[in-house]
Amino acid sequence: MADKIFRVNMTDLTASVEEVPAAWAAHGGRGLTSTIVAAEVLPTCHPLGPNNKIVFAPGLLSGTIAANSGRLSIGAKSPLTGTIKESNAGGTASALLARAGCKALIIEGQPKEDKWYSLALTPDGVMINEETELIGKGNFAVVEALATRLEGKPGIITIGQAGEMRMSAANVSIKDPDGGLRSSGRGGLGAVLGSKKVKFITIDPKDGKVVIAKPDAFKEANRVFAKALVDHPVSQALGQYGTNVLVNIINESGGLPTRNFTQGQFEGHDSISGETMHDTIEQRGGRVKHNCHPGCVIQCSQVFNDAKGKKMTSGFEYESIWAMGADCCVDDLDKIAEADRLMDDIGVDTIETSVAMGVAMQAGVLSFGDGAGVCRILKEEVAKGTGLGRIIGNGAGSVGRAYGVTRVPVVKNQAIPAYDPRAIKGIGITYATSTQGADHTMGYTIATNILNVGGKVDPLTKEGQVELSRNLQIATAAIDSTGMCLFIAFAALDDEKCLPALIDLINARYDLSLTADDVVNLGKYILKTERAFNTAAGFTAMDDRLPEFFYNEKLPPHNVVFDFTGEEIDTFWDF
Amino acid sequence: MPSCAKKGSTSQGEGSLQMKITVKLFAYFRDNRFKIEQREIGGETTVGDIVDSLDIDREEVGVLMINSRHTEFDVHPAEDDVLAIFPVVGGG
Repeated sequence: MADKIFRVNMTDLTASVEEVPAAWAAHGGRGLTSTIVAAEVLPTCHPLGPNNKIVFAPGLLSGTIAANSGRLSIGAKSPLTGTIKESNAGGTASALLARAGCKALIIEGQPKEDKWYSLALTPDGVMINEETELIGKGNFAVVEALATRLEGKPGIITIGQAGEMRMSAANVSIKDPDGGLRSSGRGGLGAVLGSKKVKFITIDPKDGKVVIAKPDAFKEANRVFAKALVDHPVSQALGQYGTNVLVNIINESGGLPTRNFTQGQFEGHDSISGETMHDTIEQRGGRVKHNCHPGCVIQCSQVFNDAKGKKMTSGFEYESIWAMGADCCVDDLDKIAEADRLMDDIGVDTIETSVAMGVAMQAGVLSFGDGAGVCRILKEEVAKGTGLGRIIGNGAGSVGRAYGVTRVPVVKNQAIPAYDPRAIKGIGITYATSTQGADHTMGYTIATNILNVGGKVDPLTKEGQVELSRNLQIATAAIDSTGMCLFIAFAALDDEKCLPALIDLINARYDLSLTADDVVNLGKYILKTERAFNTAAGFTAMDDRLPEFFYNEKLPPHNVVFDFTGEEIDTFWDF
Repeated sequence: MPSCAKKGSTSQGEGSLQMKITVKLFAYFRDNRFKIEQREIGGETTVGDIVDSLDIDREEVGVLMINSRHTEFDVHPAEDDVLAIFPVVGGG
């Protein structure tokens, strides 16, 4: 069936199905959400007001049999950063939206009355239903209730209490094939959905299918593409150890942010490492390998059980474990897993909230290493919307302001992730220049700075970092449009058959003749579109900087600072 | 201050001059080997020699570090150096 734009107006409580405008036809995923937000959202609007819009777009290849194509992009103006935002996640929703013939779902306006709603999307359009039973409930309760309430296995997109309360660290959760949750984590998009009084969205494609223009060419391209992924040693390592394998290598490199970014190595690193997690999972009968969406051949996720063999959490990622582990100095994987589960249920970004906890520890609200305290604050304060809970639920910058802390690791008010920019300078450029605030996936220089993938660039000197970040940010923006998981990038950087096969897949799906140059131009277009939105929203080059302490405080063990001048950082945009 | 690791071929008198270094293995390299070990090496021993002596296929090596800095197969570790050997890994 031909793809359409599904539009829901929460002011009038109406929904419509529209033709795809020509300017949007070639886009998907992040390219589409950013194009729509830039076209329809006033850059100076209040992100929690009626003039913001939230856009859900499957990728160009979502809903097909292409390996690893199940990512859903969600975009809006971010209440955390004030910039344009795109955050993508796995789960089943992307493929189901694509099969329902939905190129993008746009939710706009805001209900005037204090009532809550849910949306039900099918190929015929969107039904808006009033919702009362599940308001105030966590994400797991929503998924469980809907399993009995609804027939079949619809896709589910949901917000927890944090999103309902419009906290800036609120995420959007997407149900995975096993009933677990994947998170569209960064930038507070859960608060935007909450500001429109939408608690959850269900997706039922009925017997809708994605039509491939050239099915034989598609199958052949997928064969080459999937093989490139499966053959690459990073894919294999990810399946065995998950992303948490990074704890030990980043610790060894001296760039693991520890104790609220005061050290580059964590004494307790062994207890929270991927190796320890792997052994613990096996001992307790969990699952070492797990995919977050059907068709993923890398399977980097896992199922982590408690000491009694009961499932505690899944999607137990390096970022989450680093943040609660090294940054907050909690060296107990079980405490971290409990906190991870709580954050998934309440619906807050594990990076933002955990870094916020680290700033709170700096402020003396609780002690570094107090894992029980972290869980208590999540359960009793954040989930219940107390004063302290709202300060923490609004992110690291919010805690810093409330308590007068200067060591606050954020860029454009978004918390810095699991790599210290002083010891890994390439990622510092990405943090500073990304259109989305401090973000590691936007231009993952770690691959080349630390992991020797796609070449080698010394992490401790300035040379080559701006170019590295630029090339990766351009490529990533393009990949984020395809619905592909970013982890295909490891194979794409090393195996010269991979990227051409990806382009062949897009060409066969839509009967196009795109080249590698077109992919690069798509990436550049996306970054420039996003930057133009930010400029109109009031951002300048002065916002492309790291917090003051990174320039002055030397990070042990290398005793390094971030020493790029503003002029040097600004050369990033020379394209 | 980290010890300096020397690149290229250096003769230190007799090849029997022994130095103590620490070797750390990660991920599946630990299987049937060890996590961390002290060992004595001669002045002419390279990182590559150590990898070979552990029966690790050089093709499988992803990252090598001495004292938290990236290093190469042809480097000669110095006294008290900490050598870390990682297979090819990735993440996010």
